[in-house]
Amino acid sequence: MDAFIQLEGMTAPLDRANVDTDQIIPKQYLKSIKRTGFGDYLFDAWRFLDQGTMGMTPNERQINHEFVLNLPQYQGASILLARDNFGCGSSREHAVWALKEFGFRAVIAPSFADIFFGNCFKNGVLPIVLKAEVVEELIAKSDGEFTLRIDLESQTVVDGERAYDFAIDPALKQKMLNGMDDIDMTLEEAELIKTFEVKHKAMQPWLFRG
Amino acid sequence: MAQTLYDKIWQAHDVGQRIDGNSLLYIDLQLLHEVTSPQAFEGLQLANRPLWRVDANLATPDHNVPTSARELGLSGITDEVALTQVLTLDDNCKKFGVEQFDIQDVRQGIVHVVGPEQGATLPGMTIVCGDSHTSTHGAFAALAQGVGTSEVEHVMATQCLVQNKAKNFAVEVSGKLAPHVTAKDLVLAIIGRLGTAGATGHTIEYRGQAIRDLSMEGRMTLCNMSIEAGARAGLVAVDDTTIAYVKGRPFAPKGEVWDQAVAYWRTLVSDDDAVFDSVLHIDAAGIAPQVSWGTSPEMVCGIDDCVPNPEAMQDPIQAESAGHALKYMDLQPGQKMTDIKVDRVFIGSCTNARIEDLRAAAAAIQGGRIADNVKEALVVPGSGLVKAQAEKEGLADIFTQAGFLWRAAGCSMCLGMNPDQLGEGEHCASTSNRNFEGRQGYGGRTHLVSPAMAAAAAVAGHFVDVREIN
Repeated sequence: MDAFIQLEGMTAPLDRANVDTDQIIPKQYLKSIKRTGFGDYLFDAWRFLDQGTMGMTPNERQINHEFVLNLPQYQGASILLARDNFGCGSSREHAVWALKEFGFRAVIAPSFADIFFGNCFKNGVLPIVLKAEVVEELIAKSDGEFTLRIDLESQTVVDGERAYDFAIDPALKQKMLNGMDDIDMTLEEAELIKTFEVKHKAMQPWLFRG
Repeated sequence: MAQTLYDKIWQAHDVGQRIDGNSLLYIDLQLLHEVTSPQAFEGLQLANRPLWRVDANLATPDHNVPTSARELGLSGITDEVALTQVLTLDDNCKKFGVEQFDIQDVRQGIVHVVGPEQGATLPGMTIVCGDSHTSTHGAFAALAQGVGTSEVEHVMATQCLVQNKAKNFAVEVSGKLAPHVTAKDLVLAIIGRLGTAGATGHTIEYRGQAIRDLSMEGRMTLCNMSIEAGARAGLVAVDDTTIAYVKGRPFAPKGEVWDQAVAYWRTLVSDDDAVFDSVLHIDAAGIAPQVSWGTSPEMVCGIDDCVPNPEAMQDPIQAESAGHALKYMDLQPGQKMTDIKVDRVFIGSCTNARIEDLRAAAAAIQGGRIADNVKEALVVPGSGLVKAQAEKEGLADIFTQAGFLWRAAGCSMCLGMNPDQLGEGEHCASTSNRNFEGRQGYGGRTHLVSPAMAAAAAVAGHFVDVREIN
């Protein structure tokens, strides 16, 4: 997994609450058997005026010039500012794959839906929870030139002179800083799992069919 | 110390704290389908890792399979990309030795219908699936959670999830549901009260007399939609209803092991003095049949209500969201719910495609026919076995005689990954779980309702109060 240490980048504001993963990446693109190729379809029904299908490129589409991510000043943004409960709904990890491939490495919101939040950490995308009033202020400042610096080690989002602290699970922080592979980490404790499994099978033998 | 049901299941699966402080939670069953598993299987192969426990996995294609021309098997899938996904699942299951109910197997169906039907879902289990409606299995007092594809792969390789424990949320439902008011109406009313993020970070336990009175099908409907209130999992404690349902199912334990299992399952209830972090009290008797009016499951009201006025809402963010939603749905504040016309009807999904749901829908038809303004009314059973049962009971004939299309099992129009989709601007009375923008088809407008409400709307051509037609 890609590590996340620091990020300095332009912000783009998505001024809507409860953005669900069906909006982040609509179902017609979930037919892929790959982890890549989703960036072109991020927020598909909002970025484009026509109905897209898998394989279409943005050049073939009717662009919705009013949608915030299509405005010229936000091209190249790498930090998405969002509202409450971002990423609710379906568990599709494709939502995170699409955001990352489009260029977002961090999402800042007052709250996130659980499954989406967890999926971000599997892909080196950092979800940051800041107070609603702070997010409000950052959204108001996002004019296409506004940038933020995110420093994971010190757990701060820096806006010029001002720094906002954010909380993060220490284990997730280490994993992001080092870009560690989850499965490798867990397999280091394979003996612990095997010991548990023996005990578990003795307690609830009906759970084992093999 | 007194424990909640969730605490008990968690403790029984807590492998131990990892060096970094997180917990490893042991997973008893992983359900697999064609859409969120291919990347996980590929990851496993690239890293040359085996499946940790082959017998803890069960697969069936459901999300993108067409619901017509099933007799053609794989050749009935005309969408080549969808076919690739189904074939990839076939290949992966063969390669890794995973049991699969493939497209031609009568046991094929929606994973969350198939697991319980087969007795693969058992009380006290931990279950994951790359699908957020895995919470369905909580009806059996199983801790069942939706996960992303990376976690699917992680469970394949380690049989564990790395997780922090959630908080406990009690939804206490007292009283009795009125006649023709169902588990679907109850859960929609709960989501309306809690909001779509109201239970984020929590596991919900549904408690109280109204829950005890529900069948297993009803409890599955209820737990299924926990995720729409933000909770990754929902639970109902074990009682006689649970045990009677599981008994004799193909994967369920038999003989002496059965007795041993039942003795353990009986302990799967919250202790009397267990403490919950949050509690919501709701009176079942006061709930009317529900219809959603917006683009989030929390945007819901009783059939006897009107479309709300965003300007009258206190919270500015809620008002803005409601405004967006009404524009998308093309509805006016103050419009009666019973005046909303429906263009299509969908009876199906992991929320409402079990035999009890089809019985309720068929009963609501009352000898009528679908209205002239209804372009299409689909009935998609949750599994091949539900389909066979409904045909045996004569329900399929009732549907087809009334003008409904009787289809083969799959997720179908719940998410429109297969050819069953809404057209732009069409209003749909749907027994599914999400009314998000474009969910059932580009530009489609979804109204979430119970099976009886959907069938009654199909006949009337607009929403009607099922309490009045009965």
